Amino acid sequence: MIVWPLICRFLLLLKWAGCTIVGCGFALAESGLAAASSGLQAADSGLFNAGQLPVVLKILPLAQSESITDRRISLPSWEQWQRVLLMQDYNTRVVILGTAMLGCAAGVVGCFTLLRKRALMGDALSHATLPGIALAFMTANAMGWQERSLPWLLLGATASGLVGVAAILAIRRLTHLKEDTALGIVLSVFFGCGIAMMGVIQQMQTGHAAGLESFILGKTASMGASDAKLIAAAALIATVVCVLLFKELKLLCFDEGFAGSQGFNVLSLDLVLMATVVLISIVGLQAVGLILMIALLIVPAAAARFWTEKMWEMLLIAAVLGLISGIVGAVASALFPRLPSGAMIVLTCAAFFIISMVFGTGSGVLVRTVRRLRLNRKVVRRHLLRAVFEALESQPNKTTPKGETKPKRTVSFNQILPMRSWSKPQLQRAAELAAREELITQVGEKLRFTRRGRLEAERLTREHRLWELYLITHADIAPSRVDREADRIEHVLEPDVVAELEEMLINTRQLVPESPHLIQANPSSANQNVADAGSGDAGSGDIDREASP
Amino acid sequence: MATPETETASTSPLSIYDLTVAYHRKPVIWDVEFDIPAGSLVGVVGPNGAGKSTLLKAAMDLIPRASGRVSVFGKTYRQNRHRVGYVPQREGVDWDFPVNALDVVTMGLYGKIGWCSPVRPSHRRAAMEALSRVGIAELAKRQISQLSGGQQQRTFLARALVQDADLYLMDEPFAAVDAATEKAVVEILRDMKDDGKTSVVIHHDLQTVPDYFDYVILLNMRVVAHGPVADVFTPENLNKTYGGRLTLLDEVSNAMRRRDRSL
Repeated sequence: MIVWPLICRFLLLLKWAGCTIVGCGFALAESGLAAASSGLQAADSGLFNAGQLPVVLKILPLAQSESITDRRISLPSWEQWQRVLLMQDYNTRVVILGTAMLGCAAGVVGCFTLLRKRALMGDALSHATLPGIALAFMTANAMGWQERSLPWLLLGATASGLVGVAAILAIRRLTHLKEDTALGIVLSVFFGCGIAMMGVIQQMQTGHAAGLESFILGKTASMGASDAKLIAAAALIATVVCVLLFKELKLLCFDEGFAGSQGFNVLSLDLVLMATVVLISIVGLQAVGLILMIALLIVPAAAARFWTEKMWEMLLIAAVLGLISGIVGAVASALFPRLPSGAMIVLTCAAFFIISMVFGTGSGVLVRTVRRLRLNRKVVRRHLLRAVFEALESQPNKTTPKGETKPKRTVSFNQILPMRSWSKPQLQRAAELAAREELITQVGEKLRFTRRGRLEAERLTREHRLWELYLITHADIAPSRVDREADRIEHVLEPDVVAELEEMLINTRQLVPESPHLIQANPSSANQNVADAGSGDAGSGDIDREASP
Repeated sequence: MATPETETASTSPLSIYDLTVAYHRKPVIWDVEFDIPAGSLVGVVGPNGAGKSTLLKAAMDLIPRASGRVSVFGKTYRQNRHRVGYVPQREGVDWDFPVNALDVVTMGLYGKIGWCSPVRPSHRRAAMEALSRVGIAELAKRQISQLSGGQQQRTFLARALVQDADLYLMDEPFAAVDAATEKAVVEILRDMKDDGKTSVVIHHDLQTVPDYFDYVILLNMRVVAHGPVADVFTPENLNKTYGGRLTLLDEVSNAMRRRDRSL
């Protein structure tokens, strides 16, 4: 057998591939944990002065005694829960306040960038900060300054973030490339550049570079009280700017052309909005990390949109969602110091987003589905009523044993079934629904209108036929005006047009005009004749539309 | 054709001299020159891509001009901005925006309200009045995506009305609206004319030009002709504007005849 060795080899290959994948997974996990513990290490090595001592180390004495090789994530004890949740430590309080303010401000700013359709600009911006952070660290190192001075690092981040945004604008302005391409290029190139520089820093043997990774994934554990205060201050500024310029930014996002015609400088307004995004992204780097910062800007705003159709409510909801996410992220980071806080914050946001997407009262999936089903049901009801009406209309009067003729009052399923592409069960279901609304009564396979049902069917059929007639007689202008969902045809069309259509109705000498499907225009005549090719009783009803004034 | 040196030009609601606008080195409109009489209803007509919207936008400094000068009531647009109301194209904005009709109308007052100050009840009352003038006061609280095309157009018109301007620039206010809205808009335009206000309206339906407007600008990248409808809106001029699409011209001459009869 030749096949056997082949199968063996294939199996071997599979095994190898499986190992590789699993191995990769382990490696990734390890590197993540290594980054986390190296952050701890950096904190441990006394880079911070006493006031800035990382929160976690204060609350969790356990963390200090941990060895680097110990990579278990231990569950926090009851006392730890208590200390964090009751915010017994000054530092915890400040850090939670900082991330809460950050989430709140990011929610507000995010609403505007979302509505301005510039949401991804924030992503490019935060990724573009990495080379700046690395460069700031290197220069500080070379000059012998305190390398991890946060304001200095953030200054570097701001500078390179702005260079990134400028590069996007330049690519868009000077070349034929579109914005998404420019965003992609700048985002990846700047980030790659930053990662390369981080590699260089690792080689520099200064030993204190490790904490820089917390800028990538976020780590409130490496945040001191003064850092948290900086975040809170920046978030406050951004929020206040957005609230003060609420109406100007709203106008900018909705209709920039009109804003310009009103004398608002569109470019300046865009710059102000961009500045708040820069501010929030930069101070958020430490808490959320530059990769995930965009989530805090987009997700609460997007989630808020599902709940409301009012802008200030959207802002408020986004702010609250961001705030809660910030708090949860900070608390989780304090309880599980090895989990990146950025991920915690983002996962909380994501949970809110999913809940909003499904249950949002404004345009959530559930609400929309219910609305669609209701509409479907309405359409089916309308079809049924019209089908029954038309079936009754077309069937001959029945003759009683006494020789009187009486209009028939019932129709059977078999009469209506061929009128539409519905199956018998579907028809049965429609009839049940109509019966529940007391429009129709059903006896066996026979359907019969109630009084209300008859009136409703008459109205529906009349409107339907008038609309069809209108489409035929005014084909040139009709498509933009036909509105089947309008309550009454009179609400949409001018009275004289309705009167003209009514004229045809009167000419047919019946309450509801014949269906105009079979209209034959006589080319030899100047007038358009609507010949009734339908059945029986209204056959004489030729319609002369020029007869109306 | 245009007489920029006459004394009427200095007080004309809108005078444009030698205007050229270019996108990416390609001129979109060139050598446009006209001024319009005060208190008139001006139709701007021309084929698609003739630069009608560009003309309005360039007049309001919304897009850069390559050359030329615009004067609004004898001053620059910047100086007289408060006397100009603008109705942009309905398709130009995202109607899924989280605001209601009243909010949109109130936006017409933002310039007056000024930076950083909130919208006050008096502003909302003014906006409500404008909404009832266009006949949709009962829809004030409705989210704009739930308005029909005609109602959206009325909202835009109300936003311009609330500005209480003297010159209105409207970009296709009749595009894809229902008959009732078209009628309402025409009535409002006539009311404004009676109040001595001037409207410059981009229009597509040649048949209704003689009924709606008393002054017309025929535009196809350059001004083919401008002047009172009776003088300028002729088959020859339309031929120069649209090329030899004769069926169209027949319709127009019919419309002109109808107008003559009704006068």
